[in-house]
Amino acid sequence: MAEDGSTASESEEYEYHFRGNVQYNGEPLEGVGISLEGNGFEAETETDADGRWEIGVPEKGTYEVTLDEDTLPEGVVVAEGGATREAEFGLTKNASVNFFLGEGTRVTVSFFDQFAQRLFNGINFGLLLALAAIGLSLIFGTTGLSNFAHAELITFGALMVLTFGSNLGWPLWAAIGIALLLSAALGWGLDAAIWKPLRRKGVGVIQLMIVSIGLSLALRYTYQFFYGGSTSQLPGATLPSDIRIGPIALSWVDLLSMGVSIVVLLAVAFFLLRTRIGKATRAVSDNASLASASGIDVDGVIRIVWVLGALLAGLSGILWAYFRPGVSWDMGFQILLLVFAAVTLGGLGTAFGALVGSLIVGVFVELSTLWLPSDMKYVGALVILILVLLFRPQGILGRRERIG
Amino acid sequence: MIDWGAIFGNAAVELISPTTAAYALAALGLAIHFGFTGLLNFGQAGFMLLGAYGYAIPALKLGWPWWACLLSALLASVVFALILGIPTLRLRADYLAIVTIAAAEVLRLVFTTNEFQPVTGSANGLSEFQAGLLEFNPFPPGRYGFGPWVFDNRVWFFLVLAWVVVALAALLTWLLMRSPWGRVIKGIREDEDAVRSLGKNVYSYKMQSLILGGLFGTLAGIIFVMPRAVVPSYFQPTLTFMVYAILLLGGAATILGPIVGSMVFWVLLSFFSGFISRAVEAGWFPFMTQVQAGQLRFILVGIAIMLIVIFMPQGLLGNRKELAFVK
Repeated sequence: MAEDGSTASESEEYEYHFRGNVQYNGEPLEGVGISLEGNGFEAETETDADGRWEIGVPEKGTYEVTLDEDTLPEGVVVAEGGATREAEFGLTKNASVNFFLGEGTRVTVSFFDQFAQRLFNGINFGLLLALAAIGLSLIFGTTGLSNFAHAELITFGALMVLTFGSNLGWPLWAAIGIALLLSAALGWGLDAAIWKPLRRKGVGVIQLMIVSIGLSLALRYTYQFFYGGSTSQLPGATLPSDIRIGPIALSWVDLLSMGVSIVVLLAVAFFLLRTRIGKATRAVSDNASLASASGIDVDGVIRIVWVLGALLAGLSGILWAYFRPGVSWDMGFQILLLVFAAVTLGGLGTAFGALVGSLIVGVFVELSTLWLPSDMKYVGALVILILVLLFRPQGILGRRERIG
Repeated sequence: MIDWGAIFGNAAVELISPTTAAYALAALGLAIHFGFTGLLNFGQAGFMLLGAYGYAIPALKLGWPWWACLLSALLASVVFALILGIPTLRLRADYLAIVTIAAAEVLRLVFTTNEFQPVTGSANGLSEFQAGLLEFNPFPPGRYGFGPWVFDNRVWFFLVLAWVVVALAALLTWLLMRSPWGRVIKGIREDEDAVRSLGKNVYSYKMQSLILGGLFGTLAGIIFVMPRAVVPSYFQPTLTFMVYAILLLGGAATILGPIVGSMVFWVLLSFFSGFISRAVEAGWFPFMTQVQAGQLRFILVGIAIMLIVIFMPQGLLGNRKELAFVK
């Protein structure tokens, strides 16, 4: 039911607007040509003296916004994502489209260089997926719950950094610290308020899964209620990718993100393999009744798993906010299926399988943009999930007996 | 002042609207999958999408008559069910859940991408595909009705058609579930191994159930888009979750549950949204904007799903002894 009728040509008369700001190294660029196409509508504009541009469109939808690279100054190109990108509206009437400019000449990047860049991005993406996936997998292993509300734990971390770092103006390290603390507290709280009573009640796993879907829906729209439908940026999220390693251009945020993921994943591995509680966790995961009979406090282990899972998911959300980049109310839900795909690929309930699965999904999603249009990049990963289940249903590291 | 008449009137319209019928039919399909067979299909939105596009694309791009469009939609749905079922029906229930939700998302992304814009209309979707069917509209032009139920002839046509399809589907389900086939299906839900040991081909029965419930979902998709345009963003996972909410509200292993559930769900939702929206307008909730009032309904649906599953797992019409939840 497209509502047309208005044939106004002035940008101000349309209800929906795309906006952007073209800057290079903090300097606004004037006179850069921006064109927009989609849904049978076309428009063109140029950036003003502040580097700003705005195009009004008659209706909500997906549009292709192109930055004319010929109008950029000598030696400046669109650094990431290409000069043409898809843009669509959230629930608001305005959407911002930002192009990330970088130094360079307009030579087409060789296939190998693109491949290397995508591979690096893919590994980075895979590592942050792994943080979320390990939590999901541990929760599944110890309680049998496929936790659809994990997406909201991911979003929660990023939203808390946004609240404390941007809205309240705390220093970034303190904002991230409190966000992680609150994430862990949320995990503990959810277990104490919802999951533990339900376990006591002996509610079946399918019922628990549907409860988690309801919880996910309620939490997601609660976020939207308070934070609105727009996308905001965390401090430092739009740094230029000015570090070059061979063909790979990256920013220090990318490097830091990768470093943090690797260190945290190693710490989780150490926790699971070497510590008493970690061993107890794996024991509960294997066979809860046997673990209980051996004197392991199953409820205690599950509580730790929830706290750890929520903490990792929150961290993953913060990194995801820098990787996308942007924070929005449904950002976790956007990658929930990828996280599930990663966990299933690796083998449900195996922590290290989740890591392997995440890396495969992350690399696959990024590499597929070499061939697939970018609005279909998640398709490949989900198709792989279905194919793997066809040939190796227990997952890559899963054991056959688990599939039942 | 709050216009209570309008709130109640709008809520009453939802009682019989084609959308209510579409959700009821989609939920009936899920009742076959989940309530009677124990299959966790979380891709009902995908089946509905195939119905909508499977009908609209041949109608618009190839100019096929309505019955050929209907057949193409149903065929697409059967193929989709086979593709989903072959790898997953041998596996544990939660694998089917993950694969179906993933497959439905794949479909939605494929129909959203700009790559196939000439065929699918991408994010903007397709409209005006109803012409072929509207030729058969027996209702004379104009707006008529009684009480709050005043519609134009087009809506009346879709409305009657929708509820006739729902009634036929419910009758078919009722007949099937009291047949030997239905007993095997319910047996699979209770104890798959026991049914297998009786020499039944469990895999084949599950597949038949997946196809049948999927066909209901496909018909529901057609009914859902008839009064509007086909837009891919209708078919997000949230749609499936809403249909689950309706099914659980009405009673998962019942025939009339999905229908009653859909009516109760939409009437309550319309009443609640209407009330909140007008109360915000009237300044009763100064801390809330109109947009936030619109989001409150989803929060409520989420909480309702949790409460129903925990405290009333049998739903409004279900039998407490026949809990549809496998442990």
